[in-house]
This record gives sequence, C-alpha cells and structure tokens, in this order.
Amino acid sequence: MSEPQQTMRTALYDLHLELGGKMVPFAGYDMPVQYPAGIMKEHLHTREAAGLFDVSHMGQVVIKGADPAKSIEKLVPGDIQSLEAGQMRYSFLTNESGGILDDLIVTRRENDLFVVVNAACKEQDIDIFKAGLAGAATVEVLEDRSLVALQGPKAATVLARFNVTVTTMPFMTYQELEILGVPCFVTRSGYTGEDGYEISMPSDKADMICRKMLAEDEVEAIGLGARDSLRLEAGLCLYGHDLTEKTTPVQGSLLWAIAKRRREEANFPGADVILREIAEKPTVKRVGILPEGRAPAREHTEIADMDGNIVGEVTSGGFGPTLQAPVAMGYVPFALSTPGTEIQLMVRGKARPAKVAKMPFVEQRYYRGE
Amino acid sequence: MTKKYTEDHEWISLDGDIATVGISNYAQEQLGDVVFVEVPEVGADMGKGDELAVVESVKAASEVYAPVAGEITEVNGELEDNPSMVNDDSEGTGWFAKLKVSDASQLDDLMDEAAYQDYVKGLA
Repeated sequence: MSEPQQTMRTALYDLHLELGGKMVPFAGYDMPVQYPAGIMKEHLHTREAAGLFDVSHMGQVVIKGADPAKSIEKLVPGDIQSLEAGQMRYSFLTNESGGILDDLIVTRRENDLFVVVNAACKEQDIDIFKAGLAGAATVEVLEDRSLVALQGPKAATVLARFNVTVTTMPFMTYQELEILGVPCFVTRSGYTGEDGYEISMPSDKADMICRKMLAEDEVEAIGLGARDSLRLEAGLCLYGHDLTEKTTPVQGSLLWAIAKRRREEANFPGADVILREIAEKPTVKRVGILPEGRAPAREHTEIADMDGNIVGEVTSGGFGPTLQAPVAMGYVPFALSTPGTEIQLMVRGKARPAKVAKMPFVEQRYYRGE
Repeated sequence: MTKKYTEDHEWISLDGDIATVGISNYAQEQLGDVVFVEVPEVGADMGKGDELAVVESVKAASEVYAPVAGEITEVNGELEDNPSMVNDDSEGTGWFAKLKVSDASQLDDLMDEAAYQDYVKGLA
C-alpha cells in the first residue's frame, strides 16, 4: 500500500473533496470513508431517508455470446439460466476446492449478461471469465461507466422524481432508463438492507447526475464507513473478510444461492466438495454474533466456547448504529451455530459473553412489488 | 494546575500529585462518534506509555497511552453508559482516568497547550 501514485480516482473524486469527504485508499482507489457528518449520522440517515454512495470502484462487466447464461454457469453455482431478461441474482465464483473467489451480481439482459464484481477482485474475475468462457462468450469491461447506489426508505420517492418507472421495479430487477436525459442501467438492489437502487451511468455524466440527486432534500452523501456498518447490520458478507477462497458457500451460509437444478447437475467448480459438505454438514459455519455489553468485537477477534477453547474467529465486527449495540459475524463449529448458543469473544485478552444470533440484525426492507 | 499534551493526543492535567488523563479535542474529532471506552482497573500500575484505555468508534479501536507513570486511583464510570461524552467534552467531563503520579517532573517533556496547537496544525 506504499505506492500512492497507483491510487485511482472515480469520476466523483472532485465532488467527494468538495463535500469534505475524508479520502482513504480502498482497493486501489481513493475513496471517501466518511463525510463531515460522520459514520454514525450517515448510517442513520440512510436508514431514515436516503443515502448516495459512490461505488464506481466496483467492476462492471458485460458478457456476450450465443447463450451467455448457460456459459457462465460453468463458473458459478447460481441458477442463471432461469432468470428472465431484467432479473438479477447474487452468486459467486468458486474454485476446484469449493472456495469462493469472489461474490457478484449477475443481471440477465435481452442479449447479454451484466455482471458487477468487487473492486479488489475485478482483475482476477475478468481473467477467470475470459479463460472460462473462451470460445463461448466475450468479456467486455465497462471502463467508462460509474456506479452509484441510492439507498434508504426515501430512495424510491427521490428517484421517481427523475424517472417514475423506478417506483414499480421489484427488488432484484433491472431496467435501462433515462435519468436527466442520460441512458442509465438501473437496478433495484443494494448493500444496506434498505430499499434502493444501484445506477450505472456514463462517467462523464456522473458528477452532474449525483449533484442533482444530492440537491434533493432527502439525500446525503454516504461514505464507505457507513456502507460497511449498514451491510453488517443487514447480515451481508464482505468478500475478503467474511468470504474468502478458503471458505465454501456451505460454510458461508450461502446455500440459498445454489439452486436445486445446479446441485443436481453438479457442473460448477468445486461441486464435489460443496455437495459433499451439504450432505455431511460443514465443519464450520458463518453466523451472526451479538456481543453482550457495548464493547465491539472487531475482525480477527477470537471466538471461544464456554470452556474457553478457541473455536473460531470474527470476520466482521463493529458497532451497529441502528441497533445501538455491537454486532459481528464470524465462523464457529457447526455444533455451535444455532442461534442463541452462548459463546465468548476474546477482546483484548478478556473473555466477553456473546450469543450466536440470527441475521439480518436489522430487518431488510426490500420492495417486492404490490 | 498544569495541563500538558502528548504527541499521541492525550491530555494530562496535574493537581497536587493526582493527574487526570483524557484525549484531546483534536483526537475526538479525528475518531468520530465514540461508542465504547475501555477504562483501566482502579489500582493498576501504569508505566509511561502503557495502554491506559481503548476508545472505540463505529469504525475502529484506538489505544490511549499513559502519558506518565502512576497508579490508577479513579476511572470515569459514566463513560460506560454514555461514551459520547468523549465527543461532547473530551477535555472536561469526558476524562478517562486519574492516576497518582510519583514524579511530577515526567510532565516536563510534554507539550503545553500552545505547543500542542502548533503540533496539530503541522499534521493537517
């Protein structure tokens, strides 16, 4: 991380500075971790009104071919073929050992797939797509597009002022819509647990569009710090922390993302390992954790059973501004993974009581349609 | 009463042989919303530079070091229920601990308020 000249900027860099964003290096980009309001207020504002997030560091990829939905299933265990055009699904790239190489969102469009991948993994993912789909599909990286998320209970009201079509879009769907006369890819999705949208737009229009959105009363700019606390309360994984190439989807409690047809076909990387783990139960499992008291348990905090044996580790942990209490997730042995199970967290050498808890910690408020 | 500051942004104020320790206003601004403070045990012996407390913001945990050696005589119990006192009044009601200082000359090397303000300006 000692090569500052390598840090890239998104199209919204000047806007972040103007808004007083505190810029930090993240996945090779100079990104706002917070604005002057601070993480706590930004978090609460998103849950109460609407927050605008710059997520342009993420990779936007289009996969084209004769049958790209079928082709990509060689690389991911998700059911992509059953998606209608305009529907999207959470999935992940796996390796031959069943480990997760990245998590991603695949949208099926009329003639191709639109895939959003994590910033830190995008070069790896593009290589995997190119190698895995060679001959069957082409891989195009949308270098000239920015991505922003508008999240919160007022997101729909606000975005409807720009294009009323967004109002009736159900969660996890996609439409190509004009926002301020600019053709955008709009999805009803997000990473906060709230209703909201992610909007892909040409980078040369991103600054203009975001300024107009921020001019709406309900909207504030939100940094990566609150993005992290929001997604943690929503029980959503952060790749590289809660999921890695050493964890399988079974261990990661992501079985819901592997459809029955894909299990039966068993034709994705690591299928043998993953299917065996489904049958035999995983050794460890990702769970939600609610520490007692107010002390947060951060990533890498050791988890002990009630006899004091170290049995696992926290993979994400912090303070949940909506819960006004510490929240965490981590891996524990399968036998300790039932909600309500008492465990201990070794915070600075001191055992602190905690309980395995159901996730999400804060109720998800997605729009599923009327 | 003498008030001094460290390069790690602790303040220490000496009254007789009892010193009160906390973090500077600059430090609380940098940390953002404080959600938890772990204070030391009364009776603990602190060496200069030992970990005296831990301040947790939403995002991260930061250590607070003892500016001088001494024995902890009192801790600010109100912080447990109301950690935001550190944001509201870090150099007053948001103090962390008091310690009995054996050698007051340890404060001589620390910065006075004017020197500390210059130091903070240099960090910007």
